[in-house]
Amino acid sequence: MALSRRHPAVLATVIGVALGTMGAAYAAIDSGTKPKAVVASQTQVEEGKALYLEGCSSCHGLAAQGSEVGPSLIGVGAAAVDFQVSSGRMPMAAPGIQAAKRKVQYSENEIAALAAYVASLGPGPAIPTAEMLNTSGADLALGGELFRTNCSQCHSVSGRGGALSEGGIAPSLLQSSPKVIYEAMVSGPANMPVFSDKTLPVQDKQAILAYIEELQANKNPGGNGLGRLGPVTEGLFIWIAGLGVLLGVAVWIGAKAK
Amino acid sequence: MSHDHNSVEPFGAKDGVDVVSGVPVFPMGEHQLRKADLDPKAAKRAEIQVASMFGLSALSIVGSIISYIKVPNESLVSVPVIGTVNANHVSVGTLFGLGIFLIGAGAIHWAKKLMPDDEIVQERHPLTSEQSERDEVAEIFKRGKAESGISEYKIIRRTLLGALSLFPLPLLVFLRDLGPMPGTKLRETIWKEGIHIVTDATYRKIKAADIQIGSLINAVPDNLLDIEHEDENLNERGKASIILVRLDPADIVSQQGEGWDYQGIVAYSKICTHVGCPISLYQQRTHHLLCPCHQSTFDLSDSGNVVFGPAARRMPQLPITVDSEGYLVAKSGFQEPIGPSFWERG
Repeated sequence: MALSRRHPAVLATVIGVALGTMGAAYAAIDSGTKPKAVVASQTQVEEGKALYLEGCSSCHGLAAQGSEVGPSLIGVGAAAVDFQVSSGRMPMAAPGIQAAKRKVQYSENEIAALAAYVASLGPGPAIPTAEMLNTSGADLALGGELFRTNCSQCHSVSGRGGALSEGGIAPSLLQSSPKVIYEAMVSGPANMPVFSDKTLPVQDKQAILAYIEELQANKNPGGNGLGRLGPVTEGLFIWIAGLGVLLGVAVWIGAKAK
Repeated sequence: MSHDHNSVEPFGAKDGVDVVSGVPVFPMGEHQLRKADLDPKAAKRAEIQVASMFGLSALSIVGSIISYIKVPNESLVSVPVIGTVNANHVSVGTLFGLGIFLIGAGAIHWAKKLMPDDEIVQERHPLTSEQSERDEVAEIFKRGKAESGISEYKIIRRTLLGALSLFPLPLLVFLRDLGPMPGTKLRETIWKEGIHIVTDATYRKIKAADIQIGSLINAVPDNLLDIEHEDENLNERGKASIILVRLDPADIVSQQGEGWDYQGIVAYSKICTHVGCPISLYQQRTHHLLCPCHQSTFDLSDSGNVVFGPAARRMPQLPITVDSEGYLVAKSGFQEPIGPSFWERG
């Protein structure tokens, strides 16, 4: 009887877990958006301008000259627009320290049009081509060294991100596509410094991307990563679980037999 | 307060006074017989339990040897909660651990169920020795002094004192070799006038024109590559690492020296002045450099001054300029010691 009464709950849990796993798997597959070469036509620029005036100008100004609540977009380039809009950071819900990732508000074509419009305002970094994002021949060891030298101070050695000052954060890179990471490097969004192709050449960026892909694929060979937060969770686990077991054994040794 | 007068145990003596009533320190109560004491079947059951633990232990130990040899070192296995782990490590560890644990568990189970469980009170003996023994020891010392004749043989006494006072001296001489003192090492780095600034890890010279506003470059001196000895190279790298950032010249509030920037490009030490963590956590919008170790924050647009955290000193700035081809070079070495404070720094 007890068994049959427990059945629905078990079933619901199993379905829930299965759905969650499927959803996560689908999201993981789906997030790998492929970069497309953007060929800006005059109509695209005009379409982008219309979208800009409607969705962006209240903060960035009617001529993209910037205002008190939003920086100027002249010369930021298509890469910055693609990064901010395709990752759901722009448009922001409200001005603040740092744009949070939200649902993407524009279609791919609309993002391309916005990027084309902003790129037409002044020279800036372009959206990287598929060739630039190709990591097949990249030097993984060099990528690791460059990542630890240039990226890990904020995004942490495991790529999980970390805290900055005054409420800012460096986001985790483990779900990010190579295109978005590349665009962030060349455009320097928010408090992130710029790593332009002149100071950090394309091959170096490819090496870094290859290393990040390696981090993303890392399967925790030592078992449960406990959030990969390092000694905090690992210490907590040992103190609670390890000492708990030892205490249990001590109590058993001390208890009188009946 | 009610006392347990049923207890048959005496309350003992304290400070030579018999205590006639009170709460026993270790209430013993009636001795409870265990199931195994009363029922031969239960005793037999306990015996089998202990024997199975020892038997299982033996099997586990043999199993751990077999898994060490047979389970391939490359194969992964997914264990619920624990995650994906190396099958060899897990099987060897689990079986070997179980083997050891079951020996102990069997022994304890044996002791608890089958061995006598009499409860016995054993008084502690006093810590001081008997007066007669103490007198005897004192007597031995006195006799030793008399027999050695240390008060009569003056020359022996003096040479012994001399020898004893000299023997620590070699230790002092040996300790001296822990030095030499650091000298100027803590104050100097390998930066000097005309040394090229190169990117860390890739060691490329850097053209000033290539750096755009908001950029961050982790850099080292060119002459670091000339130091081949590994320890020395690491020591010099640890001191000479810098970060280069380019600010809008209009944003620069102050610098540590007139014209130490090159068109808004400023170079600062990478070594925190608090306890020496390497920092390149540069936030380009606020121009703040944040140390992840203890949250010291420096403002690179304002002489690298401390704006937050435990650091007591500003970040030392390296004066820079360009060579004839436009590559960044140091104008001079650091003008103040880099890194954390030290005693003689003043």
